[in-house]
Amino acid sequence: MSQVKTTLKEGIPNLEAFSKSVQELAENDKDIIAVTSDSRGSGKLMPFAEKFPKQIVEVGIAEQSLVGVAAGLASSGKKVFAVSPACFLTARSLEQIKNDIAYSNNPVNLIGISAGVSYGALGSTHHSLHDYAALRAINNIIVVAPADNYETDKAVKFAAESPFPVYIRMGKKPMPYLSEKDDFEFGKGRVIKDGKDAVIVGTGETVWPALKAAQYLQKRAGLEVGVVSMHTVKPLDTNLLTELAEKYPAILTVEEHSVYGGLGEACAAFFLENGYNGRFKIIGIPDEYTVTGSQLEIFEHYGISGSGIASALLKLIK
Amino acid sequence: MNIEELEKKSIEYRQKLLRYIKNAGAGHTGGSLSCIDILNVLYNDVLNVGPDNFEDKNRDRYIQSKGHSVEALYVVLADAGFYPEKELETLCRYQSHFIGHPTRKVPGVEQNTGALGHGLAISVGSAIAAKKDNLDYKVFTLLGDGELLEGSNWEAAMIASHYKLDNLVAILDYNKQQITGDNEAVLNSAPVAKKMEAFGWAVKNVDGHNLEELVETLKRTPLDKDKPTFIIANTIKGKGISFMEKNIKWHHRVPNDEQYLQAQEELETSMENLLKV
Ligand SMILES: [Mg+2]
Repeated sequence: MSQVKTTLKEGIPNLEAFSKSVQELAENDKDIIAVTSDSRGSGKLMPFAEKFPKQIVEVGIAEQSLVGVAAGLASSGKKVFAVSPACFLTARSLEQIKNDIAYSNNPVNLIGISAGVSYGALGSTHHSLHDYAALRAINNIIVVAPADNYETDKAVKFAAESPFPVYIRMGKKPMPYLSEKDDFEFGKGRVIKDGKDAVIVGTGETVWPALKAAQYLQKRAGLEVGVVSMHTVKPLDTNLLTELAEKYPAILTVEEHSVYGGLGEACAAFFLENGYNGRFKIIGIPDEYTVTGSQLEIFEHYGISGSGIASALLKLIK
Repeated sequence: MNIEELEKKSIEYRQKLLRYIKNAGAGHTGGSLSCIDILNVLYNDVLNVGPDNFEDKNRDRYIQSKGHSVEALYVVLADAGFYPEKELETLCRYQSHFIGHPTRKVPGVEQNTGALGHGLAISVGSAIAAKKDNLDYKVFTLLGDGELLEGSNWEAAMIASHYKLDNLVAILDYNKQQITGDNEAVLNSAPVAKKMEAFGWAVKNVDGHNLEELVETLKRTPLDKDKPTFIIANTIKGKGISFMEKNIKWHHRVPNDEQYLQAQEELETSMENLLKV
């Protein structure tokens, strides 16, 4: 793997990209409010708090109220980013998300920080491998996992102006820019790389290893493998999925989430209902006591890496 | 509105909410009867809100955290002119927006509620927004005493006093009963006043069925500059109907024909007595 050189432009952690974007927004708009649950440090919002002290609302370590207060602010005309670790935000406050945000259509932007297994060795209490599944089953909330800084910036800026609730989850590892195309829209997957033999559909921080796998397979096996960033997990881009199903004889999905209820199962349901008869595989975190280690080690362990995805794909098309 | 007119409204509202509960075959009878006087005073004499200014940013907000007492809210909103009262005949019917908990599909409803322990935090958010915008509207929320057991209230209570939200008024419908029985027996939340004071709120006890006292108190908030206000409205579950009062069986029971007639007769008598005076 290490022999495959990538020429991707270096980036910063998506969380820091979020912080920059939300500062840009606040610069010109007093209605932008960040709500934090003693989480401004982990949310990279220290500079925001210093520059815009009147636009940050600290609720203390109280995630349920973080979401409830955010709902009240949004219903009174504020453009709210409620920022808290994804693990707490989408579990402890799930009822507030369901009722006060989604059901009530209070257009809060929920920012799940250090999502998936970003917290690595801090363990399962700090992992969010359930958030896609939990939020997909709730009506009226968009679920987004940006792959790189570009997608993060766009998602944050679209979210600020959107009249509906949005959940955006992001990690804290630096991410390179995966594409030069300026084509981000909620609900529209992005083709990062074209192909013909198979396609990998990733979301969030798994798109990068997916691209590595595609580049590796091209170089070592002469395979043309496409890569898609399905940043919006809900609503799914079913037009793009239809195109992929027509074009590719094999489709592999990869996500930093439980294999239950996430991107993979959502795609599987769509393909089955629409008569796709190619090969299909889901890569994610299996339903077990999650292995301990850093995010990278956990990724490697479960095959969410360039080599892991490449070998899974070879097996799939064999 | 003068007190006599308010008194008359309270009886009419009780008549109506029983009629629509009976018609729907469902409803939270006891709780609606215990909080109806509070809603009467709020909508007829305190809140700056109505169909004409409901879209105004500076309107007062009323968020009913104890969403299950929704029949009280529905009859008051109809009377305020948000929709024709006749629509309440669809209460809990297929495809009606008049469901068993408040939703914004019903004109005049400020927030969707129903799960307990949500309204206070939402109200805090709305009150913070008022401060940020330098607007002088107030946010009122109605809590149930059973509801106080939800821990989320206590989070929100700390946030409210931290931000000195003197534009926030929480009213406790303190009927001292919840679905299983007396608060004290189920899980004691007393002493509520001391707890709220310790959480940094200005607290006042009132008789939640004394309209004059409610008007006096609710019009004079905040009680204390720089503090959120907590009004403990001492109420009686099932208030106004002799056989429902303090009888926990009426938490969400629907009267049969005989009970319904008796209840309406009692209210008729109350009305006659009122008009005699
Ligand atoms: Mg009670």
